[in-house]
Amino acid sequence: MYGTTIRGTRYGFPDLKSLMAKATPLRSGDCLAGIAAASAAERVAAQMALADLPLSVFLNEALVPYEEDEVTRLILDSHDRMAFAPIASLTVGEFRDWLLSDAADEEALAALTFGLTPEMVAAVSKICRNQDLILIAAKRRVVTRFRNTLGLRGRLSSRIQPNHPTDDARGVLASAIDGLLLGNGDAVIGVNPASDSPEQCYELLRLLDELRETLNIPTQSCVLAHVTTTLQLMARQAPVDLVFQSIGGTQAANASFGIDLALLREAHAAALALKRGTIGDNVMYFETGQGSALSANAHWNCDQQTLEARAYGVARMFDPLLINTVVGFIGPEYLFDGKQITRAALEDHFCGKLLGLPMGCDVCYTNHAEADQNDMDDLLTLLAVAGVNYVMGVPGADDVMLNYQSTSYHDVLAVRRMLDLAPAPEFAQWLTDVGLGDARGEPQPQALPASFAPLLERA
Amino acid sequence: MADRRPAPPDMISKLRSATPARIFLPRAGAGVTTRATLDFQLAHAEARDAVEERLDVDTLFDELTSRGLPAVRVRSAARDRRSFLLRPDLGRRLDDESRERLKSFAGDYDLAFVIAEGLSARAIARHAIPILERTLSSLDRTSWKIAPIVLAEQGRVALGDDIGETLGARLAAVLIGERPGLSSPDSLGVYLTFAPRVGRTEAERNCLSNIRPQGLAYDEAARKLLYLCNEARRRQLTGVELKDEAETLAPEELRAIDVKN
Repeated sequence: MYGTTIRGTRYGFPDLKSLMAKATPLRSGDCLAGIAAASAAERVAAQMALADLPLSVFLNEALVPYEEDEVTRLILDSHDRMAFAPIASLTVGEFRDWLLSDAADEEALAALTFGLTPEMVAAVSKICRNQDLILIAAKRRVVTRFRNTLGLRGRLSSRIQPNHPTDDARGVLASAIDGLLLGNGDAVIGVNPASDSPEQCYELLRLLDELRETLNIPTQSCVLAHVTTTLQLMARQAPVDLVFQSIGGTQAANASFGIDLALLREAHAAALALKRGTIGDNVMYFETGQGSALSANAHWNCDQQTLEARAYGVARMFDPLLINTVVGFIGPEYLFDGKQITRAALEDHFCGKLLGLPMGCDVCYTNHAEADQNDMDDLLTLLAVAGVNYVMGVPGADDVMLNYQSTSYHDVLAVRRMLDLAPAPEFAQWLTDVGLGDARGEPQPQALPASFAPLLERA
Repeated sequence: MADRRPAPPDMISKLRSATPARIFLPRAGAGVTTRATLDFQLAHAEARDAVEERLDVDTLFDELTSRGLPAVRVRSAARDRRSFLLRPDLGRRLDDESRERLKSFAGDYDLAFVIAEGLSARAIARHAIPILERTLSSLDRTSWKIAPIVLAEQGRVALGDDIGETLGARLAAVLIGERPGLSSPDSLGVYLTFAPRVGRTEAERNCLSNIRPQGLAYDEAARKLLYLCNEARRRQLTGVELKDEAETLAPEELRAIDVKN
């Protein structure tokens, strides 16, 4: 039983997960689940009670039962008590103050990584303002490598997302070329296949690999098929750089995605064995998003933000090259409007970074959410200030296959220019070498390198 | 050093023709030009309007009855658009009054059609009757007993389970307005569920998506729906197992099955 008394009114919370849920800033998904605070005052009361809680409580009380959930077992069994030692005596509120202090520099935060559990990080995020989430996350860079170096300070990378409603090869190629001409694609050139058929995915993999080889681009490609499809394709020697999978924060949520930890381990090992990375061996690409567990009725009455952080607890065991929250994709019943989407994205980025993940974000919304491109402009700028590793580059911000809006190739250019950010160093060098960019990797208008000619002929 | 030259206009138009994606937008510095920006705003405005629009149920009811198709009107438990968006559970079940009304139509039916606006009333207004007419004209009415067409306000896909169960139908086909995309504010989906009852999961349905003249055309959509109806009845199931088989069949084989049935 947890609780606090404010001016004579007693607020009680029967267990840790209800305290966490009621301390969560308002969002529609927690209301839908029936676990949100009943009033604004109850929410702050929960935040006050949470702030006074020792961090060590999260090592003794599991929000999702240890015996019934392999994600809980993974989190608690892999907790590093040595790394936790420096903050072992702090409350959640004292931890926030420490994170904001000069003592919490980049080195100290990196050393703390595996001493933190997802639940601790989720808890402290709930009592942080947006400014805190940005300020603290900006201290923590997470660098990963495959064919280039992602996540360095002063850099902002992007995924080219050249989706096509029927996976048409010419259409995918045309969108990818447009992205490259605009200096995008250093994080990955990654297609969501319209069909999960292995043959179609094989064709797309070949197409993207050929594109990369022809232009000698220091980047990686990915077809975002289900992990079982990618496993099949790896067995057939398809050119798989990265293994993609959507993941969630409970065993049951992962089951709804058709996966478990053993399957992820198998895929990780298979991708490593291909040895396709030239300067590093981060070979996994994960996507997540608040609300996925609730939508699969796999949420154990936990709030969606805590479960999202638990998904990062899964992800970090596989040293991913890329992981991004697809924050506004799920719809208004989970994140109602631009305000809720923005808050969730900043929380996700913060939690992921503290847990040691190379966080990116699909800054996005659907047409039935109370949001528009202005909200995305705001969020993209905030995340870039917070040091997000990468965002999406979608032609004109309009995904014609998945029917939602994200950020565009041009948005990436705009933010790089506003905040003086550059692409990944190897990629920026390539842009300069082929004549697409100046010394900073900034695209030159109308540039068309001769090396693109054969591709243009085919498209 | 690199050889740079402007992309020739014919090359750009060739690339543009390969995809509906917004590629090679004219640049204004790091942004896009005013016209391209406003084109995007217009598309978003149309998609937003499509979400907010309400279905003109009276007109649709009259159009159905004037074609000799008996129809019945119902509402989901979601009272307005906001509760529809925030409470998916309410959009999946009938309100009490509607359930009572529907009970008086209960009978022994092979197939019940449900028309629900979902997230695009525009999709229903434009495409529901063409799809319905093409499908009904090909169904053998001596072996298919069809329930009155149910017109549902503020309904989600799973409302068809409640409706089908209340009517006593062995198969429910829900025609529903899909979530609008920027380039497709009027896309219609059809969800087919065998033995509909409350609690069916998505894995137990088959879906035809993106039905509109620029996407899955009417004739093709009706042909696929007929195939699925026949197979659902023959194999007494819908869902993943049926889907796997439908996708491995070549179009020619699909046609052959239609003829056989």
